[in-house]
Amino acid sequence: MIDRDEVLHVARLARLALSDEEIEPMARELSAVLDHVAKIAELSLEDVSPTSHVVEITGALRADEPRPSLPREVAFDQAPAVGDEGFLVPSPQA
Amino acid sequence: MSDGSVGEGTAAALEAVIGLEIHVQLATATKMFCGCALSFGDPPNTHTCPICLGLPGSLPVANERAVHFGLMIGHALGSQLAPRSSFHRKNYFYPDLPKGYQISQYDEPLCLGGRLGEVRIHRVHLEEDAAKLIHVGESGRIHGSDSSVVDFNRGGTPLAEIVTEPDLRSPEQVGEWLRLLRATLRRLGVSDVNMEEGSLRCDANISLRPAGSEELGVKTELKNMNSFRFIERGIRAEVERQRRIIESGETVVQETLHFDPASGAITSLRSKEEAHDYRYFPEPDLLPVAIDEAMLAAAREAMSELPAERAERFENELALSADSAQLLAFRGELGDYFEAALAAHADPPPPAQALANWIAGDLVARLGEGEDPAASRVQARALAALVGLVAAKRVSVGAGRQVLDKLVAEGGEDPAAIVEEEGLAALGGDDELGAIVAAALAANSEAAERVRAGNEKAIGPIVGAVMRETKGRADGTEVMRLVHEQLGI
Amino acid sequence: MTADMLELTATQAIAEIEAGSMSARELFAFYRQRADEHGGDVDAGGLNCFTWVAAEVAEGAPGPLAGVPLAVKDLFCTKGVPSQSGSRILEGYRPPYTATSVERLQAAGATLLAKANQDEFAMGSSNENSAFGAALNPWDRGRVPGGSSGGSAAAVAAGLAPWALGTDTGGSIRQPAAMCGIVGLKPTYGAVSRYGMIAFASSLDQAGPLTRDVTDAALLLKHMIGRDPCDATSLQFPEEIERPRAERLDGVRLGVPAELQNPGADFAGAELAPSVRAAFERALSLARELGASVQEIHLPHATHALSAYYILSSSEASSNLARFDGVRYGARAPDATDLVDMYTRTRRDGFGPEVKRRIMLGTYALSAGYYDAYYGRAQRVRTKIAEDFRTAFADVDLIVTPTSANVAFALGEKTADPWSMYLSDFFTVPMSLAGIPAISIPCGLGAPGAGAGASGAGLPVGLQIAGPAFSENRLLGAAHALEQAIGFEQGRARV
Ligand SMILES: [Mg+2]
Ligand SMILES: [Zn+2]
Repeated sequence: MIDRDEVLHVARLARLALSDEEIEPMARELSAVLDHVAKIAELSLEDVSPTSHVVEITGALRADEPRPSLPREVAFDQAPAVGDEGFLVPSPQA
Repeated sequence: MSDGSVGEGTAAALEAVIGLEIHVQLATATKMFCGCALSFGDPPNTHTCPICLGLPGSLPVANERAVHFGLMIGHALGSQLAPRSSFHRKNYFYPDLPKGYQISQYDEPLCLGGRLGEVRIHRVHLEEDAAKLIHVGESGRIHGSDSSVVDFNRGGTPLAEIVTEPDLRSPEQVGEWLRLLRATLRRLGVSDVNMEEGSLRCDANISLRPAGSEELGVKTELKNMNSFRFIERGIRAEVERQRRIIESGETVVQETLHFDPASGAITSLRSKEEAHDYRYFPEPDLLPVAIDEAMLAAAREAMSELPAERAERFENELALSADSAQLLAFRGELGDYFEAALAAHADPPPPAQALANWIAGDLVARLGEGEDPAASRVQARALAALVGLVAAKRVSVGAGRQVLDKLVAEGGEDPAAIVEEEGLAALGGDDELGAIVAAALAANSEAAERVRAGNEKAIGPIVGAVMRETKGRADGTEVMRLVHEQLGI
Repeated sequence: MTADMLELTATQAIAEIEAGSMSARELFAFYRQRADEHGGDVDAGGLNCFTWVAAEVAEGAPGPLAGVPLAVKDLFCTKGVPSQSGSRILEGYRPPYTATSVERLQAAGATLLAKANQDEFAMGSSNENSAFGAALNPWDRGRVPGGSSGGSAAAVAAGLAPWALGTDTGGSIRQPAAMCGIVGLKPTYGAVSRYGMIAFASSLDQAGPLTRDVTDAALLLKHMIGRDPCDATSLQFPEEIERPRAERLDGVRLGVPAELQNPGADFAGAELAPSVRAAFERALSLARELGASVQEIHLPHATHALSAYYILSSSEASSNLARFDGVRYGARAPDATDLVDMYTRTRRDGFGPEVKRRIMLGTYALSAGYYDAYYGRAQRVRTKIAEDFRTAFADVDLIVTPTSANVAFALGEKTADPWSMYLSDFFTVPMSLAGIPAISIPCGLGAPGAGAGASGAGLPVGLQIAGPAFSENRLLGAAHALEQAIGFEQGRARV
């Protein structure tokens, strides 16, 4: 139902590295689950509206009032790599 | 406005079809979904919190004023404002996107349709800005790969994304229209629209087609231009590039492009990564916003007169020429100065058109383009009085310019006083000026003869002599009248 | 006093503290020692139900909860205290803020005793998906405590904490409560703030109590609920949560959904184990004796709930877990050659197999060309399920089902086949999709598998009671009356 290439495409979208040994099992397991969940295709739901939220009210908004921000050292506290006053990452251009 | 055809002179005239996506930073106090204060030029990463850092467990709550500003923009553009507007997640990975998705709007934007000037608006929606990613290359090398630094101060800033229909036809038109948009947004007070600070960024969808044709050609997207000059130059360069491709019989490839203002080069942004699949779905952390009458009314009340309306008023109620009206209206600071001058009730009163000319001409020339006259030494009431004196012929145009020089240099309440001190008052009755004219005719008899013989050009030296004698206080047309009178023609 | 401390429910302990017969400090010290001795490493004889235990003895705290210690599921952010959501990618992560629900309980006088083990990012029904090892069921250490709030349930059942905080997305409070023989309540969606709960599936996640009895559940809930300006989906609860005192069920109409009793061939694995069916029937007859009427009702789409649930929850999870990218916090794979390499290896090394499966499933269900077939359809199924419940509640006051088709299963029994694991939420998922409250209370003991003779003499069976949105008081009242009648003996699994 879902083949090797689809698994690789989805893994790329999800930024997950899969080793060669992981691809086939993943394809099998996903296919198995998809076989089960695909049963909802049998239902006729044409004129049914989708539910995104069970809560029946509409969104509360926030007053545009400043709240204190985190001290920078707290923002950096759990970061894997910090430098030049910021969070260091491998360059996207690299 | 320049005509649509580009590549003028070429056999098959091609027409550019241009649509814009403009991201405008809204001038709220806090970010779109958290209470962090907006910041410009503060030290990096000093305006962050669990929400705008995307810490585990944090949740967004939408900024009331951002919605309010969005509705004001909708009103200004004459958009449909839906009674219900919802947020979606746009999923992709990038270091400047802390949650791995951008909260934006998808199928229920805040504003649908509308128009500004001759350009139709497709939609306006709210979203959050990305953080700033600075490439530091070698200096911050991590494990052999160049590195970049992320500053989350900007991350989460409220944006209004304004999407136009493909109604623009030339780079010049784009530039002009963007100036109108900027004037409109500034007038609304929803954004400072300061391109230097990147508070307005523009993507352009560009395609070419045979002039007059109806269907659209293959379009390219020119991304992230953030200055009016670069936008015009970038679009011009891309239009030319496409024209060359088409004229050499090849076909344009649909792709995303980057314009480098420094080199003028256009490069493809296509990465080796697979084409984007943003996996939009309704943001489960935010319930749809209900746009009620109160919110709509509040937005309406908060709106001041818009540049287009103002130009119309200047034209209809003050009988300004279309050009003057537009110039004063689209450059709000000139319009404000103009109205302040009119409100000064100078005596004698300055005619509106004359006042407009003096502001747009002599004053701007002296202060420099883009300067706000309100910030200069020249008080609006003083200019109004001066223009009133000139109009009443109590001061000649030339003398008026000398007075203006003095006002620009030293300021001052009362031009009439300056006229006194400098002895710049226009010469009264015919006898005084008449005598000077007679003297000038005598001193230039052969010129006088040629004028009598019908050679109008020869009048120059005579008038010149009079002006020298009167130090520019004489009124030019009056001098001409007297010359003709005394020569009996 | 310490001898009986273990016997006290939280409500009773508060009474003792207020009466001055013991101090909150003594109680905390007592539980902290038990947590240290029995809550940790399996090799050291522990249940591995805690991932962190308070280093200091907390002084008593003012407020209605009188300083009684509380175990909190790992995924609640607790300032400066490890909050790892059972994941390698958050190993040692100490947040700079505390979840609203925990903050409220602390403001009411609760003291933080320990962080409880769980399935990674709450994805699982056995606690076997924890990066920090499986928690064990104190009734039978060869069996799972259920999940994902397995550590919280095991700790309360074993008497290592008076009560605990868990979260429920598709059954993660109710199912482990059932398998450990305690009480677990999933409140109405929006009743408790989600701010500071490390998200699994935002439109389904709800925090709730795991306790020894219904009275404690009501007390803990009372101090958790309420609108939170930091959670746009949180709601003002329309009434106070009262202490449940009902002894009878006169006039209460109970509905038993036919579809869940006999799910049919498609759901082989969800059919009730005989001993579970027997315990359930006993509970129903007790309910009749208390004056309730029991009738069969229909939830025509309930059997499709599990499919809709896995599509929706996995899709939301695939997005919620995108923030774990090794940039701002958490683990980062070393020696990245470039950005994509850093992302993909950080997430490969940081996430466990089940989390990866759900991220893949959710990413697939949202990806171009599949959205309508999966996510879109699942949202419509969700609409129908909510309608089914609304219709049903026109005829009955409450709906009752077994909490799970089976008693606690053996460690490793279902890990090979994801779907068989998913089926243990067959009875709890429909209520989650509808956002309605549901409680699980112990209703007896049953033998695992096909009737008596199978190993494990007696393991707890859970009774699930569900009501309309915001019917928590009615729910707790009915649960209290049944609890008295059932007379389930607490404490048999204490260590
Ligand atoms: Mg955008
Ligand atoms: Zn913030």
